[in-house]
Order: sequence, then structure tokens, then C-alpha cells
Amino acid sequence: MHELSLAQNIIETVKQNVTADELIKVREVIVEVGAFSGVVADSLKFSFEAITSGTELNDAIMTIVDIPFTLKCGECGSESSTEIPMLLCSICGSSNTQILSGDELRVKELKLVEE
Amino acid sequence: MEIIKIERKVLAKNDAIASEIRGKFEENGVFAINMVSSPGSGKTSLVEKVIENFSGRVNISVIEGDVQTDLDAQRVSAYNVPVVQIITNGGCHLEANLVNDSLKNLDLVQTDLLIIENVGNLVCPAGYDLGEDMKVVVISVTEGDDKPLKYPKMFINSKVLVINKIDLLPYVNCNIEQLKQNALKINPALQVFEVSCTSGEGVGKFCDFLESSI
Repeated sequence: MHELSLAQNIIETVKQNVTADELIKVREVIVEVGAFSGVVADSLKFSFEAITSGTELNDAIMTIVDIPFTLKCGECGSESSTEIPMLLCSICGSSNTQILSGDELRVKELKLVEE
Repeated sequence: MEIIKIERKVLAKNDAIASEIRGKFEENGVFAINMVSSPGSGKTSLVEKVIENFSGRVNISVIEGDVQTDLDAQRVSAYNVPVVQIITNGGCHLEANLVNDSLKNLDLVQTDLLIIENVGNLVCPAGYDLGEDMKVVVISVTEGDDKPLKYPKMFINSKVLVINKIDLLPYVNCNIEQLKQNALKINPALQVFEVSCTSGEGVGKFCDFLESSI
């Protein structure tokens, strides 16, 4: 699996958004993971912990925000959420649908301790 | 606590390189497909059949992605088409930067159709844009008819489904109608082709579709 390389991308993003001095103040990295992103949240957290251990980000934890898979139907107008992501409306069966959420894999925000 | 808003896609860097690649394809009139499947579905056999079918009509280049060995590039180079092998050394999918680097070894001006054969894996390659025009997911009947339900992301992100090894249908526990139904439930817009790379059945229809897309 590629959660390790994703965790590396996330750390790069953190480093791009804080100064070198601020890095040790990061306490929380909040990441949105969609149900349809193909990412195993536990593996991502494990990878993040493994590669930040003993570094400036040692005290930072990763918090995962789960985003469900939701679909909007262009025929009946309903918004539905299914356990297995599918583009067929589960209410009326129409194929005229649009994904509203679920494919996210996004660094949302950082929390830094103020000293 | 101080809060810093970021709102940045984790794969933003990959997506930026993929856009760059897409620009190169457009500039040079290249139609690119990203062929994905589990290991052993017959991607390389399909590449060989497509090359045979288009021989003398369409200029094809191939990028082969594998975890290890250049066996696939060796197979494809026997057909006298330009081929580059990417060895990921354990990586479970191709990323845009690997494809971008390998383009240096191909002549895009002389390429009408670029086939990128991804690493055999029905999970990870679904998340990585390589700058292709479309993903083509290949599934063989020996894998069973439930795979679209088990690996939905790959089927949602693909435009075409090629069902391979249909010559084996009498011998395996796979209901092809159920397979198609499962795939179309996940993604009703999928264009479906049934082929056998062994007998050649159905390959022509798939090639006609590709030719009309180029």
C-alpha cells in the first residue's frame, strides 16, 4: 500500500505551510479522508507516526476526518449515501448522478501550540 | 492553539505533473490510455493484440509499469513499437512523475496512441492521474463476477471495461451478465467490451472504439 508515501506528502505540505521554527509547535494535523479515496485511515496514521517519531513533528498527531460517499441524483434530486460507492442513484435508479463527496484526501488544517 | 487552514489535496503535486503531461499529449496529438487491472488479467496480452490489430495504421508507443523485471517490455518490443519499462521497485502503482520522466525516451510526435500499462493492482492506481485521456480497466472472467463491487473506485474512475478471457467462461464460476450488471451498477457510463486475447474474439471491436477516440 502507498499510505507511507501519502504520509510523506502530508509532511511536505506541513513543512510548506509553517516556518522551520514553528514546526516543533505543530500538535495536530487534520486530514480529510473520503470513504471512496482508497486510503486506509489507520495505515495513514500509523505511517505518519512512524516517520515523524524523533523529528520536529514528534509531538504532532494526525486526526482523520471521515467523509462519507454521497451522490446527488439529476433525475429525482435526492442525495443518497451508499456503503459501496456507486454512481447509480439508490433511490430511483437513474445514472444521471454526480458525486458530492467521498473522494477527498486533503490536508485540512494544522493546530499549533502557542507559547 | 493557533489554527492554520490549508485545504490542500495530498496528491496535489501528482495532479500538477499529470496536468503538465496532459498538455504534452494535447500538443503532440497523442491519445493516451492508462490500462489498469489486477495482476494476471491479461493487460500485456491485450496490448499485444491491439498492436497487432493496428499494425501499419496507428503509431503506438507503450509504457510498461511493473514492480520488478522488464519482461513485459521485452514482450512488447518484439512487435517493433517504442516501449519504455518503468520498474517501481515495490511501488504498487505508477505516479505522474515516473511517467513524465519516461516520456523523455519516447517520440510523442510519432505517437498516435500511447498505452500506459499500470502495475497490476485494482486498488492504488485508481487514485493517481497520469495525464491519460481515459482509464481502461481490464478484468478476466477467472477473477469472478464480484470484483466491481469489491474494488469500486477503479470502476468509477474508468471509462472502459474490458472483460478478458471469455474463452474460459465454460470452465469458471463466473456469470458474465452478473459481472456486467455489477460493473454498471457502480458506473453506468462504462463502455464494456468482451474479449479473448487467446482467440482474438472481440479485440477488433475494442480497437474500433480506440481508433474512433484517437
